[in-house]
Amino acid sequence: MSALTQAIRDGGVITWRNLVGMRRVPDALIGLTIQPIMFVVLFALVFAGSLGGAPYREFLVAGIFAQTVAFNVFFTTIGMANDLQKGIIDRFRSLPMSRTAVVLGRAVSDLGVSVITLIVMSLTGLVVGWRIRGSVLDALAGFGLLLLFSFAMSWIGVFVGLTARNVEVAQSAGLIWLFPLTFVSSAFVSVQGFPGWLQPVGEWNPVSAVARASRELFGNPTQLPGFGESSAWPAQHAALYAVLSSLAIVAVFLPLAVARYRRVASR
Amino acid sequence: MNQFAVRVEGLKKSFGSTQALDGVDLGIPTGTVLGLLGPNGAGKTTMVRVLTTLLKPDAGRAWVAGHDVVVQPQAVRRSIGLSGQYAAVDENLTGIENLYMVGRLYGLSRAVARARAKELLERFRLTEAAERPSKTYSGGMRRRLDLAGALVAAPPVVVLDEPTTGLDPRGRLDTWSLISELVGDGTTVLLTTQYLEEADQLADNIVVIDRGRAIARGTSDELKAQIGGERLQVVVAHPDQVAIARSVLTDVGTGELLVDEHLRRVSVPVSGGTKALIEALRRFDAEGVEVLDVALQRPTLDDVFLTLTGHLAEETEQAEMKTEMAAS
Repeated sequence: MSALTQAIRDGGVITWRNLVGMRRVPDALIGLTIQPIMFVVLFALVFAGSLGGAPYREFLVAGIFAQTVAFNVFFTTIGMANDLQKGIIDRFRSLPMSRTAVVLGRAVSDLGVSVITLIVMSLTGLVVGWRIRGSVLDALAGFGLLLLFSFAMSWIGVFVGLTARNVEVAQSAGLIWLFPLTFVSSAFVSVQGFPGWLQPVGEWNPVSAVARASRELFGNPTQLPGFGESSAWPAQHAALYAVLSSLAIVAVFLPLAVARYRRVASR
Repeated sequence: MNQFAVRVEGLKKSFGSTQALDGVDLGIPTGTVLGLLGPNGAGKTTMVRVLTTLLKPDAGRAWVAGHDVVVQPQAVRRSIGLSGQYAAVDENLTGIENLYMVGRLYGLSRAVARARAKELLERFRLTEAAERPSKTYSGGMRRRLDLAGALVAAPPVVVLDEPTTGLDPRGRLDTWSLISELVGDGTTVLLTTQYLEEADQLADNIVVIDRGRAIARGTSDELKAQIGGERLQVVVAHPDQVAIARSVLTDVGTGELLVDEHLRRVSVPVSGGTKALIEALRRFDAEGVEVLDVALQRPTLDDVFLTLTGHLAEETEQAEMKTEMAAS
């Protein structure tokens, strides 16, 4: 069996194992879906009034999608740190299985989590007045892009989870960087409203590109009323930049995660 | 070469300033059980982790089923089953799902993995709990499931890292009988333990390890002979009866007497345990000696360590903890 087919076969077993585990302990999954519902509802009710009403709601929903799939990396971090702490990684590493399967299985099963949260958020979005105004194909491409980004981000989660010394460390280290990542972006507001020095950071933040590309593909407004269109390259080529940055994240963090898994000493 | 299922030569591994393994050699003849005996921090788990490819040694070589652990790790993994000190079962999966998963990851087909899981659950008396998530299992049941996991692919070599640590006496006896059965099948077993009694029960050969070095090796009887075996100790009620105690214990004992006149305590090494005890008590009774206390002391791991190293197992542990704390 080639290394790739073995990685896929064993990765499938690990994905199955992770999904069964999630079904048995649905608490985490419930928390993970309630949070985006809260975000959609709170932002739509609380912020929309001050920030332009209906257009803001249309602008906002894709931003929350991007933020939420980014935050799912936290779930991956915790899952990985948990496996490490419980000693099950030792068993896996002593088995003649693919060295990539455990990390691959984690990334794939957490993609399943993102599918569920996206469905829940879309339904909530529809309730608060968000609509898909583009074609069905474009909309599917939008969801595909969000899932690609989610998949890419989970490799960072795998790496952080395998690097943290225990679950408690993983809980703080896995969460803290996600706030600047998702807030210094066009997910909730316009980057043009940032201080000048921060604007390039926000423009080149992949979260901005993912949010903007989804807005384009869903046929939603890409800018808030009162702000001009951004002329930055990532904004002009949002979908392309979102795909490229996702691939770049995978290219960097997949090898790092696998290398970490090979060397990791649990406990 | 092939008569050894496991062979280790000059294995070294250090963590910071702690030398966990300091040049250990050992060989396990195919189909036998080697007991690796030592206190916490002696290097047992490091040895296990090197042999199961979880850790790369700094120096030295090791072969499992003829495969070099560093050069051919995947071949080693195919030949070995590991059951850890902390039962490594997935607590969200049921018993059968756990074993099915391990079987699949050993490369078994779906049907074979399922059949094998059922068979092992039955053998380990877990059939009734097969469909329950393993987090509902007792400590002993988890340990049995973990042990079953090591056997899913029927590997020629099985490594059991402290299989009974933390189990109650019943769980311990239970696990012992399972391991004995396993050995009957011709599997080669490396067993690490802190209990001399456990190595005594299960192992054909014992290697005593301390601070990363093998300090003694032999069969259980050879080791016990080295330590001095059991001692019979009596305390008599009156100082003038100490002389009688001396003569009685000289007769039933096999070695030199230890006498404490002040405490009126006399002890002697004995062989044949309770027989000597009964004989001594019968004689004391006949002579009208009033015995305050009598004890038959079996050698413990502490005795082994005291005899072999001149320090207590406990001290090693504390020294180890200090190094670890200093290192972190």
